[in-house]
Amino acid sequence: MKIYPPPPPGTQPENACDAYRSTLLRAPRLAPVPLPHTPTELAGPRFDRLSISGESNLTNRGSAEPQGQRIVVAGKVIDEDGRPVRGALVEIWQANAAGRYLHSRDHHPAPLDPNFAGAGRALTDDDGVYRFLTIRPGAYPWRNHPNAWRPAHIHFSLFGAAWASRLVTQMYFPGDPLIPLDPILQSIPDEEAKRRLMSSFELDLTEPVWALGYRFNIVLRGREATPFEEPPCR
Amino acid sequence: MPLIPTASQTVGPFFNFALTADAALGAVAGPEAPGERIRLALRLLDGAGEPLRGDAMVEIWQAGADGQFAGAEETAGAGFRGFGRRETDTDGVCVFETVKPAAEPGSRGGAQAPHINLHVFARGLLRHLCTRVYFSGEPANSGDEALALVPAERRATLLAQPSPDEPGLWRLDIRLQGEGETVFFDV
Ligand SMILES: [Fe+3]
Repeated sequence: MKIYPPPPPGTQPENACDAYRSTLLRAPRLAPVPLPHTPTELAGPRFDRLSISGESNLTNRGSAEPQGQRIVVAGKVIDEDGRPVRGALVEIWQANAAGRYLHSRDHHPAPLDPNFAGAGRALTDDDGVYRFLTIRPGAYPWRNHPNAWRPAHIHFSLFGAAWASRLVTQMYFPGDPLIPLDPILQSIPDEEAKRRLMSSFELDLTEPVWALGYRFNIVLRGREATPFEEPPCR
Repeated sequence: MPLIPTASQTVGPFFNFALTADAALGAVAGPEAPGERIRLALRLLDGAGEPLRGDAMVEIWQAGADGQFAGAEETAGAGFRGFGRRETDTDGVCVFETVKPAAEPGSRGGAQAPHINLHVFARGLLRHLCTRVYFSGEPANSGDEALALVPAERRATLLAQPSPDEPGLWRLDIRLQGEGETVFFDV
C-alpha cells in the first residue's frame, strides 16, 4: 500500500540520462522494486527536536560584505494537499558571485570570497515559510561536454514530515540564457515541472536599499495521513 | 487534485561543505542509547567497480533497539537519533555508529525484520536512490515483507555481513550498476 501517490510520469528526472555524463556509470540499470509504505517510510527525522546548528544569513561570515548582488531567497514549503510543512529543515549551498564553490575540489580559476559562506540552514516557521539572505550565484563551467556551463543555481536539501518526503533539488533564476542548454535541468521531461524549479523575482520580497527578492516555493511528497487499517489503494 | 511534488536534481559534486561537514551527524546513537552497538561500513561502487570517492553521501534512518523511531512522540531512548549522514571517503566508504534496530511492524499487519533505510546521493544521480540494509543470519529475514518482494537471487545485495575479525562491525557494498547491482526500491 502506497500512502503517498507516486509522482505523475515525467515530473521527476530518470537517473538514466546520457546527456548528463556522470550518470553513465552511476544510474542503476535494473528497475526499482516497488515498496509499500511502512512505518519506516512514514516517520522521519525531526530537526526541530534534534539539535542542529544553522545560519540563514550567508553574507555575515566575514569582516566585510561579500561581492555580488545581495538577494533574499524565500518561499513556502507545502505538502501535496497544500498544507504548510512546519519545522522542515532547509539547507542550501551555492557558488559565489564569481561562480566558485567554497570546496577543496572546485578548481575553477575564479576568485574565492572570504566574506561569503556559501551554505546555510533554516527551519520553516508555522506557515511553512523559510528565508535566506545570500548573494546571487555566478554561472560556472563544467566538463560534461565542450564549452559546458551550468546556469546560475542554488542547491536545496529538504526534510519534510516523512522519510519518503526527502528532496534534494536546485533552484534557478528566471531569464537565464543557459537554461535550455543545461542537461541537468533538461533531464526533467515535463515542461511545467521544469518551470517549477525557476524562482520568480518579487518586488514584495526585496529589502529596500538592500537586497533583491526571489521566491521559490517547494512541494514535498506527503498527504493527510491515512490510517494503516484502511483498505489497500494498490 | 493533489499538488505535484517538486522535481529532484542531483546533489552535485560540491555538497560536502554544506551537508557533511558536521561529523557528529554520523553518530546515529549516542553512547547512552540502549541496545547492541554496531558499526555499519558501506562501500559505494559504480558500474566499473570504482569506489565513489568523496562525491557521494549516504543518509540512514532506522528504528531503535525498542523498535521506535526517534521522530515519533516516544523517543527510542536517551541519545538515540535514528538519523545519520556521511560522505564517502577516498575509498568510497562511509561508517555509521549506531545500535542494531529491533523488528518493527510492516504495512497492514505485515512483519519486518531489523533493517536500516538508506538514501544514496551522488554526483551523477538525478534522484536519490532508496534501499535497505538487513543483517545476514537474522532469523526474522525470512518473514520480512520487503525482502519477500525482492527476487530471491538478488536478496543478498541487501544483507550486511559481520566482520570476522572486528566484533560489532557489519559491512555491505552498494553497487549502483552492473554485475551484482544492489536492489533499489521505488518508495
Ligand atoms: Fe552546483
